[in-house]
Amino acid sequence: MTTLKCEGLTKNYGPVKALDSIDLSVESGRIVGLLGPNGSGKTTLIKIASRLLVPSAGRIEICGKAPSAETKAEVAYLPDRDYLPGWMKVSELIGMYADFFKDFDRERAERMTASLGLDGNMLLRKLSKGNKEKVQLILTMSRRAKLYLLDEPIAGVDPAARDYILDTILSNYDEEATVLISTHLISDVEKVLDEAIFLKQGKVVLHKPVDDVRQETGMSLDGYFREVFRC
Amino acid sequence: MGWNFNDSSPIYQQLCGILKSRIASGQYAPGEKLPPVRDLALEAGVNPNTVQRAYAELERDQLVNADRTSGRFVTADGEKIKTLRAILSSGYIEELFERLHGLGLSDEEIRAAVNEWGYLK
Repeated sequence: MTTLKCEGLTKNYGPVKALDSIDLSVESGRIVGLLGPNGSGKTTLIKIASRLLVPSAGRIEICGKAPSAETKAEVAYLPDRDYLPGWMKVSELIGMYADFFKDFDRERAERMTASLGLDGNMLLRKLSKGNKEKVQLILTMSRRAKLYLLDEPIAGVDPAARDYILDTILSNYDEEATVLISTHLISDVEKVLDEAIFLKQGKVVLHKPVDDVRQETGMSLDGYFREVFRC
Repeated sequence: MGWNFNDSSPIYQQLCGILKSRIASGQYAPGEKLPPVRDLALEAGVNPNTVQRAYAELERDQLVNADRTSGRFVTADGEKIKTLRAILSSGYIEELFERLHGLGLSDEEIRAAVNEWGYLK
């Protein structure tokens, strides 16, 4: 089944084409890397898929439907910045997610935050950056969504926290779901990816299984990325 | 052997290589049940589909038998494991010869050097 489909998807910010007629099709059960330098359109694409932005032209479908309240219920989105109120306790955040999302697995979220050694009474703003990112990811991954959109989930945390985050993604996504991870820390994620999408100035310049890239180029995805985007 | 992957070849191939070594060495014993796809994916830190693909290749080579209900098992056929060990060994020997040829040694000198190394050990 196709989870995410784009046809001629375009987004203009004034004269700037953030996305320039993108055609994409991503099947279910895949972990896909959305890769590209800063300003290549990664976040714009994710925001359109999560219905925070509307396209200037073209079409996008989530599980065969145009973005709507209905698709929002099937899409779990992790923004690339702190988006939760710092004055809330971890336990309150879990409660809020449980209220908001029908597909939220509260027990799972509680178990995962407990296994991090986090006390539910702690305020979000009192957590370290690494733990804050982990909590945000746990909340996102505790939903039984069809499409996970993770915008820079491992940026700004130490390598051990990155491993924790990748393990959390691997052990929690549903086999029928699709996970789209945007990042520029490619060497950290490439082993967990099925496919890679390279975005360059709003265009898709590559969309392939990671092992095909390795087979054809004799390079890691990270090495190939550096070659494609050499400044 | 841990789960270290290099940069120059597909990960499923490398995973396949590691699994073969483990079967040849007996770390995964004949007839032993292999970890489920998800467990191995987590352990090795790779995508579950990559594990699936490596397992499929081992099945094709008849080193692993899949049972629809109970999972995957290392072959209990000692001959197959012996053959695997021979294939892996000749690969290492070939690599040894290639590297030593690169240093300018002749076949004769390599054999002598291997013998001598054996004595020294």
